[in-house]
Amino acid sequence: MRFLLVEDNAELSASVAARLGIDGHGVDHAGTLAEAEEYLAAVSYDLILLDIMLPDGDGRDFLARHRRAERETPVIVMTARSAVSDRVDALDTGADDYITKPFDFAELEARCRAVLRRKGGAAQTLRSFADLTFDPLAATMTIAGEARDMRSREVRLMELFLNAPGRILSKEHLVDRLFSFSEPVTDNAIEVYVGRLRKKLVGSRARIETVRGLGYRLTDG
Amino acid sequence: MRARLVWQLLLLAAVLALILYFAVRVGAERASEATLDAVLGAAAQTMAEEMRSAEGGLVIDLSPGTFSMLAAMGEERIFYRVDVAGQTVTGYEDLPLPETLPTALAPTFYSVPFRDAEIRVAAVVRAVRVEGRNAPVLVLLGQTREGQGIIAARLGNRAAALGLAVFLAAIPLSLLLARGLLRPIDRLAEAVGRRGAHDLRPVRHPAPAELAPFVTALNSFIGRLRGTLSQTETFIAEAAHHVRTPLSVIRNEAELALRQSEEEGTRARLRGVIRSADDAARSTGQLLDHATVLYRAGQAEWAPLDLAVLVRAVAARLEPAAGMKDITLRLGITGPLPAVGDAVMIEAALRNMLDNAIKYSEAETVVEVQANALGPMAVISVADRGRGLSGMTNDRLKRRFLRGNNVTDVAGSGLGLTIVDEAASAMGGGFELSDREGGGACARLSLPLA
Repeated sequence: MRFLLVEDNAELSASVAARLGIDGHGVDHAGTLAEAEEYLAAVSYDLILLDIMLPDGDGRDFLARHRRAERETPVIVMTARSAVSDRVDALDTGADDYITKPFDFAELEARCRAVLRRKGGAAQTLRSFADLTFDPLAATMTIAGEARDMRSREVRLMELFLNAPGRILSKEHLVDRLFSFSEPVTDNAIEVYVGRLRKKLVGSRARIETVRGLGYRLTDG
Repeated sequence: MRARLVWQLLLLAAVLALILYFAVRVGAERASEATLDAVLGAAAQTMAEEMRSAEGGLVIDLSPGTFSMLAAMGEERIFYRVDVAGQTVTGYEDLPLPETLPTALAPTFYSVPFRDAEIRVAAVVRAVRVEGRNAPVLVLLGQTREGQGIIAARLGNRAAALGLAVFLAAIPLSLLLARGLLRPIDRLAEAVGRRGAHDLRPVRHPAPAELAPFVTALNSFIGRLRGTLSQTETFIAEAAHHVRTPLSVIRNEAELALRQSEEEGTRARLRGVIRSADDAARSTGQLLDHATVLYRAGQAEWAPLDLAVLVRAVAARLEPAAGMKDITLRLGITGPLPAVGDAVMIEAALRNMLDNAIKYSEAETVVEVQANALGPMAVISVADRGRGLSGMTNDRLKRRFLRGNNVTDVAGSGLGLTIVDEAASAMGGGFELSDREGGGACARLSLPLA
């Protein structure tokens, strides 16, 4: 997906952009509202991540202009204040959702998916591998014309494999991505989810291989 | 103050009753004496008038009519003395004379001791022609007053009874009066006492003009307190803001480093960094929520709202967070649930209830969210299949910064339930936690319906 990040804190912007980049998302960074307008005039984005406090104005004013111009790009407001009144204001002025800093990227992605699903922009996020089609927004996997429903963690696990087809992903790496860091996780938890994903893949050429002592790998055939 | 007022009123009543007693007694005595004197004087006058000169002397006609008047006054003894030209001609010659002799038929009255009794004497003078000359005739008519003493004693008793009755009647009247006088103060005290712990709105209760300085002083104190509180809250909000942005950077950088590191020791440390950052973020969030609830509870900006809509909105908002653990939020909401309150404050309470349930639930479980009307209250319950209360009491769990002893492995500040509890009490509702049949906990928030 292509993100426009509107945030004036340079360090935070750099880390958010880098972190989204790892998952294969494209991120443009605007430090001011004026810069954001320039990007929006030239590039089409899937999602805008908007800070509320910016040097040249209030993010809420930007939102109001955005809505008046009837631009379709969904906006997720990032707020550091988390004062509830801010949240209410943000939603009132037309944000599609908000997330409180600091945020879990998995949760940000989940919110992005939810927003995009509501906006009906599913088409461009469909992904294909071998003989399957994967729709992260609808949380379905279609194999030979048969759609299979997936749960949230299965979707995220599938995304991890599809982002790096053929590469070995270690158990630790998968645990870090799939579970929250404040959640007690046992080592075989990941085996459970890989097992479930394998069941969903039954009948497809796509397979998840166990590479003994190293991890798992998504292969075609 | 009430006791003092009652005592003072009763003292006043006692003094009034005593005055009444003496006034009635003295008045009655005076009246009876005047009546008796009039009769006595009339009798003396009659005696003097009925004297006439006769051959060789004076005829005194002591008619029974004269004395029957006196007899009507009771069993009294009568003494008389008639002097003609200074010589006692009949009666008791030792009956004492008045200090100044009367000069006409108008009687002079005086009291003197005579023969073991106190007697009242009427004296009149009349000129009678005796032996061709006008001679002054002095008539003294005395009467004991034992009957009058009895009447006076009886009247005195009545006066005492009257005084006592007045005093007894004054007791309930004093109490009523004291209560009436103190009622505005009581009402004011009740209105202030009924407030929630964080209700810092100025007192607008109607009070009599005499209490206005007190109400003004109270309101000015409340105002100063609110100012201090508000400053503290602004400070907490600002502090949280300044902590959260760098925390975001720490968290993101640590996650990036974790992705790039292959060394297991370093990775474990980075996970620890992220965990701590999450922990700090959650704590600042709850401090903010707590400050918000405290501040909001002191404001008067309450508006009509639908709790059913709020619960749905908060649940929708937390859906992705629940989805991270494949937890299903199952809603059972019967609306509308109209209430009057502060939406922001209620939202903070609901969010903490749901957040708590999601945090302590195992992956792939169901969290039941229900909102229904129950009598005059809306009851919002959040039930999970987590680890339950494990013997912790409600009081302990709701206390600030205190956490259950079974949750040390999950990040938290111990403020979540305090926030819900404070929001509930600010709105005149209640909040309680209980163990759930089949495992898990159930949090119930009840808020008054409009």
